[in-house]
Amino acid sequence: MSKTKNAPIKPHSARNHNAAPLSLIDPTSDKQATIGLEYMTYDQLEDFGNELNAVRQRVLDDLGQKDADYIRRVIKVQRASEVLGRIGIFMPFFPPAFIAGILFLGLAKILDNMEIGHNIMHGQYDWMNDPMIDASRFEWDNIAPSQDWKHGHNYIHHTYTNIHGMDRDIGYNMFRIDEDQPWYASHRFNLPLAFILMLVFEWGIMYHGVELDQYLQGKITKEDFQGRRKRAMKKIRKQVFKDYVAWPVMGIALVPFTGWWAPVAILVANVVANVIRNIWSFIIIFCGHFPAEVQTFAEEDAKNENRGQWYLRQLLGSANISGHKPFHILTGNLSHQIEHHLFPDIPARRYPEVAEDVKLLVEKYGLQYNTGRLSKQMFSVIRQLAKLAKKPSDPLKIGNSPESKALRRAKREEAARRAEEVRTPQLTS
Amino acid sequence: MSVRTFTEFEEGYKMGIIRKALASRPVASLTSPYTIDHYLDQIHPMLAAENVRAKVVEVIHETGDASTVVLRPNGAWKGFTPGQHVQFGVEVDGKRRVRVFSVSSSRANKNKTFSVSVKAHPDGYVSQFLHNDLKPGTIVYLSQAEGEFVLPRETPDDVLLMSGGSGITPVMSMIRTLRDSGHTGRVTFLHYARSLEDEMFSGELDEIAAALPQAQVVRIFTRKPAEGAELKGRFSIDHLKHLGIDPSETLTYVCGPAGLIASVRDTYEELGATEQLRMEYFKVPSVDLNAAEATGTITFDKATIEADNSGQTILEQAEAAGLKPEFGCRMGVCNTCVVKKNHGAVRHVISNEITANTDETIKICVSVPVGDVNVAL
Repeated sequence: MSKTKNAPIKPHSARNHNAAPLSLIDPTSDKQATIGLEYMTYDQLEDFGNELNAVRQRVLDDLGQKDADYIRRVIKVQRASEVLGRIGIFMPFFPPAFIAGILFLGLAKILDNMEIGHNIMHGQYDWMNDPMIDASRFEWDNIAPSQDWKHGHNYIHHTYTNIHGMDRDIGYNMFRIDEDQPWYASHRFNLPLAFILMLVFEWGIMYHGVELDQYLQGKITKEDFQGRRKRAMKKIRKQVFKDYVAWPVMGIALVPFTGWWAPVAILVANVVANVIRNIWSFIIIFCGHFPAEVQTFAEEDAKNENRGQWYLRQLLGSANISGHKPFHILTGNLSHQIEHHLFPDIPARRYPEVAEDVKLLVEKYGLQYNTGRLSKQMFSVIRQLAKLAKKPSDPLKIGNSPESKALRRAKREEAARRAEEVRTPQLTS
Repeated sequence: MSVRTFTEFEEGYKMGIIRKALASRPVASLTSPYTIDHYLDQIHPMLAAENVRAKVVEVIHETGDASTVVLRPNGAWKGFTPGQHVQFGVEVDGKRRVRVFSVSSSRANKNKTFSVSVKAHPDGYVSQFLHNDLKPGTIVYLSQAEGEFVLPRETPDDVLLMSGGSGITPVMSMIRTLRDSGHTGRVTFLHYARSLEDEMFSGELDEIAAALPQAQVVRIFTRKPAEGAELKGRFSIDHLKHLGIDPSETLTYVCGPAGLIASVRDTYEELGATEQLRMEYFKVPSVDLNAAEATGTITFDKATIEADNSGQTILEQAEAAGLKPEFGCRMGVCNTCVVKKNHGAVRHVISNEITANTDETIKICVSVPVGDVNVAL
């Protein structure tokens, strides 16, 4: 067997992988992306990218015992809250313990989904090489199966952040949250629908990951869709059985002492704990992307972007929430949404320290850094939802107006024509 | 023909009822999506229904660069068969480093400990750590014992055990077990080391030679032959002839460096005795960090494809080999393309960091193989 081959490994060569994501490269032209040109030149964008790469590298070089201890401490607190919560809700005959139990269980689910699940599944702790903290093996206490969530969130949302038509998180196919989204009659109910989604948010995330809309539009195959549906059903069965059947059934042991209602109380406690978590994660996630100043982008402007432009899009497409340390932990440090989007794979506990570097760069290049108290960001989101629910006067912004339909058709034909142009030379050569 | 089985030693390894109950499905459905071990682990790391953990009891320095680590496993450990190996994980600075080591102790150990023996490799982070820094009381992470290179349940009378260098460890486990189980057949142990100083377990080998009259312990020092040694040099058929061993009728185990294994295999093939031969390579990962060229072979384990390392990322090489691994952003952001790297070293194309852990998760879109790499694709 020959053991050598003359393919030199270039030192520091990222073989173009450190550039724009593959699918954002426009095969029909090598025109550079126009993102960020209103703030800086291409050279500056290049520097901006390099400076952020250096920030990332500094943190990666410094990872060690303290990061491992941190995530294990959070996991310990989460497990303890869960056990306390389960014990508490087993005492429906003693209301203080029962209510404390619900709150502990809610806290456990919040920690599990935010600081633990979300961050581990980004691969932030893969370097620890601990199978219990490994992104590819981790499953969270949430209806959404991790595999499909990781695809929709880590890949689609984090790569194509805030690009219309590519990031399925813009309004979740349900809300009009940005001026550039077409308006449909259902958007009149932006606010009440958002309120309902808030209560059942984990089911919404699961449904989002099934990608029925993508399947109906022919963007994913039938096999892909059926795999997603199957995984979702399996996870639903497990989660529903655990919270709404198995644990309440254990409560039957209490019936001789309390009466018939003990299992029902345990069931209700589980529902409430899940809803507490849903409300919290909904608020944090909506405040991270949907306040008014957050920018969205057109596909044409993002094609062939460089690393600096990719970073810039993440920066302008996210919003932070200010607060104290316990608040940041409860949000899974998604209160540092900007830093999270710049560096999704570095441990979340590093975001506060990274934010200092990011703010210096923001100042240096005269950029915008969207941050504010939770109340401010929430108010901004609510105002956006309300404002964009109204029917716009511009017919081009109304999704089913003849004008916008004609515009979309023209765009589709143009894209098809270009794709054909790319294919033709290959066929003839 | 005398026959001995190992059942008498198996009693201590039966899984307890409580442990079994904790690892059962009803419990798992209450703790879903986690297992009971995720909770027990918070109380004490040794307390686990399924995850094997062990406490280091003692670190014995065998030679200048070889150590034996004596371990007391928790109840999840199912025991081993002589010749098997374990994945041995130790955490240093927050990172679990995993290597594969052979069990070296006798199966008949009554005090429920077992040991692995390790030769510190100059570039081997874990073996160096074990040799120099590992302290009794440390908790290590193990897999169950694995491997097919084992003595049969019913050992035939005549057994030939051959080893070279640190390949002695699994064979040592076999010969110790044969001694402790009172094996009465003829056992020949033939070991090749560079010199007496390089040989592990020298004292015990002398003891075994004395304790087992029917056993023949022959040690050959290839670089510095002992005075008046009856055999010299590297393995050849003459060594077996001299010892009066008929390869076609003797169950033979050989473990050691590739060169030794190759010559033994060739000899047995020539004599038509391959059915009697059991082999295990002793792989020492070697990483040439300064290699200007891409070297080595990339092995896609599940697809059983081997290809020369082209120096491209593993994702690109897998695609070039006709595989379709899952990928996302192709820039190291989204973590979609992570796979298990079974062994070998890879370099991260952006940070240039080199990692060489066994059983480690890597993002294949930003990992370039450095030398031989085996990935679970």
